[in-house]
Amino acid sequence: MKGEARDPVELTQRPNMVLRNTPPPDSQDGLLELRDVCKIYRGSAESKVVFDRISFQVTKGELVALVGPSGAGKSTLLRLILGQERPTSGELLLDGEPLGYPDIRRGIVPQHYGLFPHLTVIENLMLGDRLDHGWLEWRKNRGPLRDRAEDFLRAADLAENRDKYPHQLSGGQQQRAAVMQALLRNPTIVLMDEPFGALDPGTRERMQVFLLTLWEERKKTILFVTHDLEEAVFLAPRIIALSPYNKIANTIGTSRIVYDETVRDRWRALSTESKKDPRFTETIEAIRDIAYEPDREHQVDDFDDRHPSDFGTTGAAASDSG
Amino acid sequence: MSKRKRYFLGVHADPPKLVAWCYRAAPFVAVIIIYYIISSAYLLQNPDGKIFPSFAMMAQRFWEMASVRDVGAGVVPLWADTMASLFRLGSGILLAALAGLFLGLNMGLFPGMRLTALPFVTSLSIIPTLSLLPIILIVFGIGDFAKIVLIFLGLTFYIARDIYTTTKEIPQELLVKAQTLGASDLALAYRIVLPLTMPRLIEAVRQSIGPAWVFLIASEGIASTQGLGYRIFLQRRYLDMATIIPYVAWITLLAFLVDRCLAYSIAHLYPWKR
Repeated sequence: MKGEARDPVELTQRPNMVLRNTPPPDSQDGLLELRDVCKIYRGSAESKVVFDRISFQVTKGELVALVGPSGAGKSTLLRLILGQERPTSGELLLDGEPLGYPDIRRGIVPQHYGLFPHLTVIENLMLGDRLDHGWLEWRKNRGPLRDRAEDFLRAADLAENRDKYPHQLSGGQQQRAAVMQALLRNPTIVLMDEPFGALDPGTRERMQVFLLTLWEERKKTILFVTHDLEEAVFLAPRIIALSPYNKIANTIGTSRIVYDETVRDRWRALSTESKKDPRFTETIEAIRDIAYEPDREHQVDDFDDRHPSDFGTTGAAASDSG
Repeated sequence: MSKRKRYFLGVHADPPKLVAWCYRAAPFVAVIIIYYIISSAYLLQNPDGKIFPSFAMMAQRFWEMASVRDVGAGVVPLWADTMASLFRLGSGILLAALAGLFLGLNMGLFPGMRLTALPFVTSLSIIPTLSLLPIILIVFGIGDFAKIVLIFLGLTFYIARDIYTTTKEIPQELLVKAQTLGASDLALAYRIVLPLTMPRLIEAVRQSIGPAWVFLIASEGIASTQGLGYRIFLQRRYLDMATIIPYVAWITLLAFLVDRCLAYSIAHLYPWKR
């Protein structure tokens, strides 16, 4: 072994932070559960392991951020959860049932194309209900459904934009409408794929506060994918960091997941001022250490034979002792 | 850097509105003037010549075709020809648009359809349509149906490939989003993707108008008793350029009007299509 594997224990020494490699105790009844999920793209010459035996849970009402540098497999993982791709091995469960193709149990807010360009804002919000009804039935029942959609628009401060097309809205307005469109269908979990990634910094911060307020009001289960650690730490009480450890000539990659219970609870001021808190930057640094700046001396052998639960024993013990 | 405003040359040329209209009109005016010169010179040497008739001769002949009832057929030739041609053209284009839309959309969305139909459609789209004309005339006779079939075959596969490409270009995010909102496969195809592809369908039809006229004129010229193409080919036997040239101009005007109507419909029916 060329290098000393970084042990999660040392990270628990950081103030106000607990690191665990197993799901937190209150997540035994995980709403979204990934068990030993492995994804390998097999090519004619070589295979690429995107991640190996990933296991984690997202519990009901949780807002979890999924972070990681490019190539860590965030997008792949999201596609697996959405049902756009199948895992090479392992299980993905939502509410105890295996996940299949995309359906109404999973809402999605993508970075781009969150709204249908040929529909107005109100039509976009009503699209899900519209799809449930035949033409005649829709004409009969659309009144209350329209009222409900308008309530959602008001909540997003978009009431005056109801008849505009998406291209007539600003980026922030589009994303607010896309979030509301996803929430209106009341999915079991909302998946957000870097939804604020294309916004300018000011709008982005306002959107973060908007989302946080919305989540605290409605307690919807959200898996928020982002490459922005500051955003992740600001938004999510729990962060899952995917790390593209030990990539060797792009043929083998292996990842481990670090569950990080941040001190998010203490920053509920809903203000970007909280980002100036030293603990905030401390947490970001810690995640960066884990996921973004892997020890180059680690070789694949260090991790290939280790299951995330192996880390869990150490991490949990450490946190208990710490 | 020169600060002088450029009216014509250079990538920064920005002529005033009136000058811009002059630019647009210039090639048309030039053609008319050149024809006038050639025709005048020709008629000076051949007062009874038919090859380059004067504008006055063409206008008189066109008026006769548009107002005088043909004794044998009992119809006013220009309007009867126009109605016959537009019926064939419209039917062929409409059927091709429907079939092309159905094929293209389903090939673009459903892998099963793509695997089954795409190689076949691609192969058929390569066949030069006019080479099928004799076969179509033998099989379907010389009636309207044969001409509609020719236009249909000439356009369907082009439109299908166009709609296929358009469907494939719809962002995956939108398709997945629709599914997460509850869209079934059929709803996805016909309630989400179909409206998204409609502007492109109209655009594809716009671009098909030219080839459709070619197929129509060719088929009418070979086997028909009525139609703009029939009339042009009929008058060719008598070297009656005073009829042929106005007929060609009339066809061009009709094609232009159809093109404008389609462009207008895209802009007004689909305001979301920037």
